[in-house]
Amino acid sequence: MSAIVIEATVQLGAGAKAFRLELPRVGTVRTLALYGPSGAGKTTTLELVAGLLRPDTGTIVIGERVLFDHESGVNLAPHARRIGYVPQDLALFPHLNVRRNVLYGARPAGANPSPADDLERASRLLEIDALLDREVGDLSGGERQRVALARALMTAPDLLLLDEPLASLDRGTRSRIMPYLQAVREEIGTPLVYVSHAADEVRRMAEWVFVLSHGRVVAAGPPNDVL
Amino acid sequence: MTAELLEVTSFTLLMAALATLVMLPPGLALAWVLARRQFRGRSVLETLVSLPIVIPPVATGLILLQLFGRRGPIGRILEPLGVEVVFTWKAVVIAMAVMGLPLFVRAARAAFEQVDQRYESIAATLGARPWRVFWTVSVPLAWRGVVAGLVLGYSRAVGEFGATIMLAGSLPGTRTLSIAIYRDAELGNDAAVMALIACSVAIGFVAVYGANRAGMTP
Repeated sequence: MSAIVIEATVQLGAGAKAFRLELPRVGTVRTLALYGPSGAGKTTTLELVAGLLRPDTGTIVIGERVLFDHESGVNLAPHARRIGYVPQDLALFPHLNVRRNVLYGARPAGANPSPADDLERASRLLEIDALLDREVGDLSGGERQRVALARALMTAPDLLLLDEPLASLDRGTRSRIMPYLQAVREEIGTPLVYVSHAADEVRRMAEWVFVLSHGRVVAAGPPNDVL
Repeated sequence: MTAELLEVTSFTLLMAALATLVMLPPGLALAWVLARRQFRGRSVLETLVSLPIVIPPVATGLILLQLFGRRGPIGRILEPLGVEVVFTWKAVVIAMAVMGLPLFVRAARAAFEQVDQRYESIAATLGARPWRVFWTVSVPLAWRGVVAGLVLGYSRAVGEFGATIMLAGSLPGTRTLSIAIYRDAELGNDAAVMALIACSVAIGFVAVYGANRAGMTP
């Protein structure tokens, strides 16, 4: 995975918060985790990278790609960043059924592979075939999570950001969803940033973890060494 | 129902429908901009949009007359194109649209403000450009409020009087329900006045009742 460098001040509520995160490229690591307690800046980091939060100053760079640079006025729009983002609340569109949710970010009809191929692959990987014609309001928590993952994968992103994907699920559902997350990690090959405050999840999902505190990295390394 | 009553009623409903169509594109754009964008001059724009609600409709009509009259800034552009507005049905549509627009914008803006911005943000991360996000996420999620605003704007247009009479006059081809009521009351045609009033009440009742039943309380 390319290095991710964020050096930014962000207006959060009443005050400005300074972020200085350097997540260097680590060998062939493709899955890294951001770990830390609530308020450590995990979700803010993802929103900065996805373009949902605009810093007041600073830069956001992934590898050689400048996503934001206050000095030169660069601010790549979220639709142009090619970054898949599954937020904690999933934000499935309530007015669209599962199929239309999943196809929302599909590649154009003439693309190779075609949207139909992408849908077939995402459906197989996340076992959502039987859900495609259901309304999102009728889905269980685990089903919603799988649909949100499939929707993000359909855009064929360069980087996939998962924000606490298991946090809102009960213990049983969590253990059922974890294999799907691992399957996404193994089969898709898209670099993945996994955010969690649960050490066991991080150990199972990530090859490398950055421990955050107050918008800064305070420890980094293989999960089994750091956590 | 006399032929005149039928003609005035159908003319009013048609003009109000056209006015609603006219107010839809700028109204949607204004509602969204006011709900979602922070910019210098936003308060001024907000005030300008609401102005027709607070100033006398006759004054609005006079301003429109100045704009669309032959020597007005818009009338001067339209005249060489052979488009005459003042004292025609087009004047009725414009007066109705201007008077209905603020109510439509207010309702639609409130509806856009109710839409959770998370959906719009996520749509953008899925590759949707702002225009697509607007039509596929914002509008569908705000549709009840948008339709309620259209009902409000339409109802206001049906009942419009002051601006319409200034811009369109009270001629056979521009006479709406309100103008016909005023004219017949002045002429002492009490029976005709009562019939026109009954018609207005029925139209208003159906519009508001229908909107309430559909859960789109204006």
